[in-house]
Amino acid sequence: MNAVVKPRSARLLGSRWLVIAVPYLWLLVFFAIPLAIAFKISFSQAAIAMPPYTPIVNWVDGHPSLDIHLKNYLYLVNDSLYVNAYLSSIKIAVISTILCLLIGYPMAYAIARMPAATRNIALMLVILPSWTSFLIRIYAWIGILKNNGLLNNFLLWTGLIDQPLAIMHTPVAVYIGIVYAYLPFMVLPLYANLVKLDLRLLEAASDLGAKPWKAFLKVTLPLSKSGIIAGSMLVMIPVVGEFVIPEMLGGPDTLMIGRILWQEFFNNRDWPVASAVSIVMLLLLIIPIMIFHRAQSREMEGRLA
Amino acid sequence: MSQNAKASRFSLILLALGFLFLYLPILILIVYSFNESKLVTVWAGFSTKWYAELFKDQQMIDAAVVSLKLAFATACAAVVLGTMAAMVMTRFRSFRGKTLFSALITAPLVMPEVITGLSMLLLFVSFADWFGIFEQRGVATMWVAHVTFTMAFVTVIISSRLSELDRSLEEAAMDLGANRLKVFFVITLPIIAPALLSGWLMAFTLSLDDLVISSFTSGPSSTTLPMKIFSSVRMGVSPKINALASLMIMLVSLAALVAWWSMWRSEKRRQRDMQLALQQN
Repeated sequence: MNAVVKPRSARLLGSRWLVIAVPYLWLLVFFAIPLAIAFKISFSQAAIAMPPYTPIVNWVDGHPSLDIHLKNYLYLVNDSLYVNAYLSSIKIAVISTILCLLIGYPMAYAIARMPAATRNIALMLVILPSWTSFLIRIYAWIGILKNNGLLNNFLLWTGLIDQPLAIMHTPVAVYIGIVYAYLPFMVLPLYANLVKLDLRLLEAASDLGAKPWKAFLKVTLPLSKSGIIAGSMLVMIPVVGEFVIPEMLGGPDTLMIGRILWQEFFNNRDWPVASAVSIVMLLLLIIPIMIFHRAQSREMEGRLA
Repeated sequence: MSQNAKASRFSLILLALGFLFLYLPILILIVYSFNESKLVTVWAGFSTKWYAELFKDQQMIDAAVVSLKLAFATACAAVVLGTMAAMVMTRFRSFRGKTLFSALITAPLVMPEVITGLSMLLLFVSFADWFGIFEQRGVATMWVAHVTFTMAFVTVIISSRLSELDRSLEEAAMDLGANRLKVFFVITLPIIAPALLSGWLMAFTLSLDDLVISSFTSGPSSTTLPMKIFSSVRMGVSPKINALASLMIMLVSLAALVAWWSMWRSEKRRQRDMQLALQQN
């Protein structure tokens, strides 16, 4: 790696910096700065203009004057709609993450224990649905969960129920949709972790008299902690801001903050409030994002001494 | 041992149930795209009329063309930027600002789409205000937004391949006097080519699929396929959407199958070459 620094590589130093600078600048300009702009606009006021908000800095007689409003944040705190939407988004995200973990862990475990040849096919089968349209996979559930949908028709036919179940437009439908859409994001990091597990540890546990179930709890589960963290964060963080699933499967009373933000922006055209909503969401998610970042960068830079 | 066998049978049953959960809705969707009836839930005989209806819907076709072009351009740019970022993550000794760099790579992976979409739009509006660029929002602004959020996924795919790569080949080439740029293009790039392909496909499908970020960053004149699907689903369920969905699923499955097959073949070839090399020693 540390090749001797020849005169020629001094010239190549330029190309090294170019390789860093191009993606770095792209991400700074198109990912970091936009968040800073959203932060700035969250302190302005909605106005009937284009763009529809008041400027933060006004130039009066060549002097800048700041025009900062905390109104949007006060609005979020005082209106119970927003507080409830944040709380219910977090609740939905946490419960769906646990459900994904309960379903995804056995799947990842089974795949990791398969012979190598079938393992790749099983893995492909997990990834494949996430490569087909997300919107369409959620749409598929409408036909299944509707009052006169396939699930109700089937249950009525078997005689298990004599009234159709109202699942569509309820939180249950939202949970089904979220678990369905995000399950692959849970299975993949768990699999990547479980497949690396040293099986001799389990043999050792078994030799020392541990039952398989106990060996699982004492050996496998603790060792897969980083996979559990990565998978849970990959599910939980985006679900907090989820818009499509509550919009398509939830009812009008399914409160989720992504939906509120969408309405503030597209229906009310209140860009400053929408910005404040997104900044508060970001602040709530900053610790989970940092946990995910630590797990992920350890994974990516793993072999770089 | 029998207990272990029981445990593994138990987990296999759960796996099968998991696959059933993942695939049953998709299968139902495809089956009902061939339904004669307009009602999505009542079977009234086999018909391909919804496919015919679909191809008569000019708006839908226009939206599909916009989406495919956008996804193609997004995937190409995301692979270039993602490869550079992956090289920085896995090959470059740390430099000032590397912590921020890796945070900028991982954050888009989990960032809620509504936040990315809104802040991107605010950037474009500010740019129009400050520099007079991006005044017309449309395919170009969507392309910038899509490249930004897909390149993070591409970076992860390519850096995982780069970090498990045997470095001795690169070092050998360097010892023989090849410069870093040449080593990259002659040695590294061909080895990571399958990862580039899967990164490209990943970016392509993510872009093709995106609704939220596109809705924020598009202009009045450019509608993508997901935006069109979303607005027609809001009007009500239609078998035409089932037909479209089935076409997309078949296309993606085919692409995935080809990608998987080519990766499997190159992996096989690599293993065989390695074995041959070992035998010759």
